[in-house]
Amino acid sequence: MIQIRGLTKIYNGVPVLNGIDLDIKKGERIAIIGPSGTGKSTLLRCLNFLETPEQGEYVLDGKSIDVQKANAAQIKEMRLRTAFVFQNYALFANKTARENIAEGLITVRGEAKETAFERADEILRDIGLADKTDAYPASLSGGQQQRVGIGRAMASNSELMLVDEPTSALDPEWVDEVLQLLTRVAQAHQTMLIVTHEMAFAKEIADRVLFMEGGRIVEQGPPEKIFTSPDDPRTRSFLRKVL
Amino acid sequence: MRALDLDYMLGLLPILLKYLPLTLGMASVSMILALILASLFAIIRVVRFPVLDAITRLFISFFRGTPLLVQLFLFYYGLPQLFSFLTAIDGVSAAIIGLTLHFSAYMAESIRAAILGVDRSQWEAAKSIGMSTGQMMRRIILPQAARVAAPTLINYFIDLIKSTSLAFTLGVTELMGAAQKEAAGSFLYFETFIVVAVIYWGVVESLAFVQTQIENRLSKAVSR
Repeated sequence: MIQIRGLTKIYNGVPVLNGIDLDIKKGERIAIIGPSGTGKSTLLRCLNFLETPEQGEYVLDGKSIDVQKANAAQIKEMRLRTAFVFQNYALFANKTARENIAEGLITVRGEAKETAFERADEILRDIGLADKTDAYPASLSGGQQQRVGIGRAMASNSELMLVDEPTSALDPEWVDEVLQLLTRVAQAHQTMLIVTHEMAFAKEIADRVLFMEGGRIVEQGPPEKIFTSPDDPRTRSFLRKVL
Repeated sequence: MRALDLDYMLGLLPILLKYLPLTLGMASVSMILALILASLFAIIRVVRFPVLDAITRLFISFFRGTPLLVQLFLFYYGLPQLFSFLTAIDGVSAAIIGLTLHFSAYMAESIRAAILGVDRSQWEAAKSIGMSTGQMMRRIILPQAARVAAPTLINYFIDLIKSTSLAFTLGVTELMGAAQKEAAGSFLYFETFIVVAVIYWGVVESLAFVQTQIENRLSKAVSR
């Protein structure tokens, strides 16, 4: 569905992504694990053009986008094809839960307000926040905010959901409700790329696990393989520390 | 010391109040235009549009760096000597133009600071769903910046209302101009200008009420 070729991102002379190649198939759920500062989040941010990579290309249904020469229309297309779930939720502070979910549908996708609000209400019911339609983010708990953040990504019907450490900013008490919701989204075969430190969760939902270090994909494979008998010593050493 | 002529003051009040609509009209029109202009300037400066940014900085520097009265005289007496088509400019229009430009320079800086104060995550979330810069500014960033900037902007509005009194130097008979004429007839300068002062004071005080309403409305998203 989306192929990434030779993706390179450099910050202040230091390569954070070092020629990443990755094919993402429709319906595939990919978990990215690895130590901090190895470019996991940067990879997601590049796909959504929140960062402009120095080199590389994206191939969408056979069409190629050179990341360095991407024009506004191509950037917008990538953003419409990918929906981002942020570590710190990043809900629009001046909009209610319903408006947060409907905003992209109305402003960017040109849907009528009524249909967008109907869709938002439906999603809020689905994620167990039917009573929070008119609540502003400041009045929601961290877990509720992140669920709305996921709801916003669901509403977009984007092909690829990019989920960046969805529980890292949460108090422990809210982690479960967010993971449960993401598990449900994954079970519906939403194509997704998830950066996570929750190994049990990665094992449960992922079709494929990538281990990244130093801006490279060191090893990848099905979770049974990666979590029990990884080939690379770096993967083994990382898993020993976190499991 | 002589006693105050209270009857004169009471009689003067309704006469002067007739000029209040002109004062408030000039202030409101200038405020609306200044807000629009200031928002544009602020966005130009935040987004750093290459040439426009430099022009805007020069503009802001000039209008903050020179007295309002000098600017008003420049527009009303000075410019028509250079550009003959401006000879038809009346005092009210010249005052509105001067007040608008002067206050937009100040307001641009507070709006710019408020925009820069909006959390980075808000910009990223807006971009990530595919919004254009214009959509992001209009729907996400400016509404949040407005909450932060509101108290300062209302302060500028208060200042602007009082600054309309300078229009009398351009021959406009607004509140101050009318008072000047009344006083010249009665020679009761103290009584006249006390009445004028009380009218300005009353207007500004009633604005404080409006200010609370606006601030409550803007902050409803952040109250728990």
